[in-house]
Amino acid sequence: MTPEHLARLQRARAALTPVALLTRLSDGTQFLFPEDAVPGALAEAAQRLLFDDKAANVTLDGEAWFLQPHNPPLRMIVVGAVHVAQTLAPMAAELGFAVTVVDPRRAFASEERFAAVALNHDWPDEAMEALAPDTRTAVVTLTHDPKLDDPALDVALKSKAFYIGALGSKRTHAKRIERLKALGHGEAALARIAAPVGLDIGAVTAPEIALSILGQVVARRRGK
Amino acid sequence: MSEDILGTAAAWAAEGEQVALATVVETWGSSPRPAGSMLAVTASGRMAGSVSGGCIEGAVADVARQTMQDGKPQLLDFGISDERAWEVGLACGGKLKVFVEKLG
Repeated sequence: MTPEHLARLQRARAALTPVALLTRLSDGTQFLFPEDAVPGALAEAAQRLLFDDKAANVTLDGEAWFLQPHNPPLRMIVVGAVHVAQTLAPMAAELGFAVTVVDPRRAFASEERFAAVALNHDWPDEAMEALAPDTRTAVVTLTHDPKLDDPALDVALKSKAFYIGALGSKRTHAKRIERLKALGHGEAALARIAAPVGLDIGAVTAPEIALSILGQVVARRRGK
Repeated sequence: MSEDILGTAAAWAAEGEQVALATVVETWGSSPRPAGSMLAVTASGRMAGSVSGGCIEGAVADVARQTMQDGKPQLLDFGISDERAWEVGLACGGKLKVFVEKLG
């Protein structure tokens, strides 16, 4: 990889722009998609694999090409700067997520409790609108307080977030479902919410609950 | 920290290290790491990432050092039907191709 290609690739990654690196395997010739003009078949394949987030091989005119997507990091929006969030945030970061913790209660969402995590002190609906969850975003609500969780879930359900999880017992969730129905969400949309949140691994401590949530997020992401 | 092998490799190059990047470009069977997995190696012996479960990293690092010197990218084939793979012992029984290039 030439210094120029490396610099351009790093620039695109820093700018959170999705790009694909195309390498001709016979001699190492490289292009950056979509910045460079590339033959139509390669461009189509590059577009597709950026969407799938999966590297691929393409043969064009007898030449083997390797196409590698460089998508911006997955994101996780955690609503509620609670105890579980304190371990969930760094664990999610380790798995490659760019994490934002949303909580208007500054005593909870303090820098002392959340070192090296992006904190957002806006009300959850405003914060969520601004963060605009997409297909590469997971949303987890942990406040256990309808005043904070519900507005966040309302926005999440209108988004294409690949994962939506909400802390709370079955009983709490049943009540939550009724409130969200009143906001106009249908059964199918509400079925997207993983609740009680996380895989059933008998988690008790905060790190164990964080692990069960992340296990479920990974499973969802990998289509399990 | 996350698994940003390219970022780590770029940082090493920026420090003035000679760096080579190995990328899994194709796999068959039970290869442990998917296409796109990367291993960065420096002339001084630093390593980050992986291209297998550990069985071929040593062989890839040898080729990487050569690539750092002559600047020529290499496409390596590892598999049970391959004599070279017998030498390094691909215990997982899979097959894979690894592209090795000089970085920067």
